Amino acid sequence: MKAQESWGRYPRVEQRTHALTWRSDALPEVSGAVLPHGLGRSYGDSCLNGGGTLLMTSGLDRLIAFDAATGVVRCEAGVSLDTLLRLAVPRGWFLPVTPGTKYVTVGGAIANDVHGKNHHRGGTFGRYVRRFELLRSDGSRRVCAPDENPDWYGATIGGLGLTGLVTWAEVQLKPISNPFVLQETVPFGNLDEFLVVARESEADHEFTMAWVDCLARGRKLGRGLLYRGNFAPPQFDRLPLAKSHLSHGMGLAVPMDMPAFCLNRLSVSAFNWLYFHRQNGKPKQRLTHYDPFFYPLDAIYGWNRIYGRRGFLQFQCVVPYATARDALREILERSSRGALPSFLSVLKTFGDIPSPGWLSFPRQGVTLAMDFANRGEKTYRLVEDLDKLTREAGGAVYPAKDARMSPESFAAYFPRHSEFAGYIDPAFSSSFWRRMNPVALPFSLESERKGGAAAPQSLLALR
Amino acid sequence: MKKVLVLGATSAIAQATVRLLAARGASLYLVGRNVENLDAVAKDAATRGAAKVESKALDLNDFSAHEALVDGAFQALGGLDGVVLAHGVLGDQTEAQRSWAATEAVLRTNFLSAVSLLTALANRFEAQKAGTLVVISSVAGDRGRQSNYVYGASKGALNVFLQGLRNRLAKSNVAVVTVKPGFVDTPMTAHIPKNKLFASPEKVARGLLSAADGRKNEVYVPGIWALIMLIIKSIPESVFKKLKL
Repeated sequence: MKAQESWGRYPRVEQRTHALTWRSDALPEVSGAVLPHGLGRSYGDSCLNGGGTLLMTSGLDRLIAFDAATGVVRCEAGVSLDTLLRLAVPRGWFLPVTPGTKYVTVGGAIANDVHGKNHHRGGTFGRYVRRFELLRSDGSRRVCAPDENPDWYGATIGGLGLTGLVTWAEVQLKPISNPFVLQETVPFGNLDEFLVVARESEADHEFTMAWVDCLARGRKLGRGLLYRGNFAPPQFDRLPLAKSHLSHGMGLAVPMDMPAFCLNRLSVSAFNWLYFHRQNGKPKQRLTHYDPFFYPLDAIYGWNRIYGRRGFLQFQCVVPYATARDALREILERSSRGALPSFLSVLKTFGDIPSPGWLSFPRQGVTLAMDFANRGEKTYRLVEDLDKLTREAGGAVYPAKDARMSPESFAAYFPRHSEFAGYIDPAFSSSFWRRMNPVALPFSLESERKGGAAAPQSLLALR
Repeated sequence: MKKVLVLGATSAIAQATVRLLAARGASLYLVGRNVENLDAVAKDAATRGAAKVESKALDLNDFSAHEALVDGAFQALGGLDGVVLAHGVLGDQTEAQRSWAATEAVLRTNFLSAVSLLTALANRFEAQKAGTLVVISSVAGDRGRQSNYVYGASKGALNVFLQGLRNRLAKSNVAVVTVKPGFVDTPMTAHIPKNKLFASPEKVARGLLSAADGRKNEVYVPGIWALIMLIIKSIPESVFKKLKL
């Protein structure tokens, strides 16, 4: 047993690992539960399996086919988005949806139904997954598609790796004419201004997202910079596509765990002030390569070490427009009073395009992501409070970024969870799933609540 | 190397090498035992840009099939200018000490099958006066140690054979490259606890290919192993035999 970390480095659990090599191999026979694990970019415990075994998918990293005419790529589940970009961009194709790091696997992108800066236009990653193969512990293999085993397809997209092992998948890419993005930065003075600018931007821009200064209070609460952009229009030749890869990526690295005193209220506050004001309050336009536009943090290898040995907790919620203003004000205020305010906070709007995944996180509204250095109990309580606020606002918290949501919240956020539970592979489990389902109860939480009875004491104690 | 025969193409180091060759647009003839796995490697290479990929499922311990295999590779790719010989087994030293059959199996795969294949290939390369033969050996062949001397002997014998072959083919413009990896993190070593000396198959593949491009003679990959083996080789036998290595 050894400690295997998630990206937030919290919680720490002991587990075994088993490297997968060939997609035609059967699942290994091990005692205890297994869970597929890609590049470990999930922040909390959804990619961990304390006491069990992680099936490391990094060996399943082969490409199977790429059709440069249609932009359909088929590959094994352990292939990273980085590998797909290296294959596709020189041939005029790009990921239909990409998260803020390219160091995630296709399997992980499916399991978490990831979203990107274009949710209002494109929805989630799962919408572009044409087909995949699901290998179950009983040895069965199912090809899943919208019209073939649609229930397994819906359960597995956003299914947190619990329905079985995705061995390969087929993804529809989207065409681009060059690797550049025409980007505009627009400052906004507070949360209300953000809501206006963000909605406006959606009409003409495929990509939008905003950085928020989490320390600004009062009238400035929720001020920040909105980034919006589109892929640049065609040029005269295809040379830029052929030479599309920047060599500077991965040049910087965080060499060691940073000591805790480097990050404090003063340093975060100074950074945020400088970051906001370097703009002079005016919109700015420029042409940028896709790499720094989509993956600014990938340039700093191991940036999670900035938070030191104890790691950090990320919190990402989405709240519907009806409650967004008040709920986000409360969340931002609460977090700015916390032990250590968020260093990097991101606001974005989600559109109404539905995902095929039953447990998909994105839904129409405003999403806010923050990370908090782990300062123990104080931080845990803060994140739990933010979870409660989100639930009261009728929103949802993102399992891939979570380490503290309550089982009641999970049930409220994901109404199809009990239907989903029937599709979990009996040999598969995760630390997250056990946290959301502390014991196998002879009754369901929902029926308890419907009956008006309070949950029994023992159940509360188990959390 | 533009038209390359890869023997043992499903091994981790070979797969990583195949990817680099595919990205360069080489034509490849891949040989391995397992049909499905070989197909996975072939499709990966084709998707990554190989000009042509052919594959042949074969157990290389069947020596009688070697001549036909080499013929087939020459025909399929319209000639060959490179060979990467990557198949091999680690074996189990304790088992080998107990049983001649286990020892013989290691020697057959790692040494005899390589000699048989290289005999067929060397004659053709000598006749065409061109080509590069790259053979993956091991640092274990540099000195016999109690913990794996059967494997080490198979690789040591291979090294001497390659020295002779290199000497013979030098005048024919054929390069014979002996690649000596140290510890590599592959399925072959999955059961061994990893330390900092373990290199990734990708790193070894890059070293292998740059040695092939430079038509080197014997190379250690990663390079640090040249120093390590220099020290290990220089320990006097009277001392060495008492060490627990």
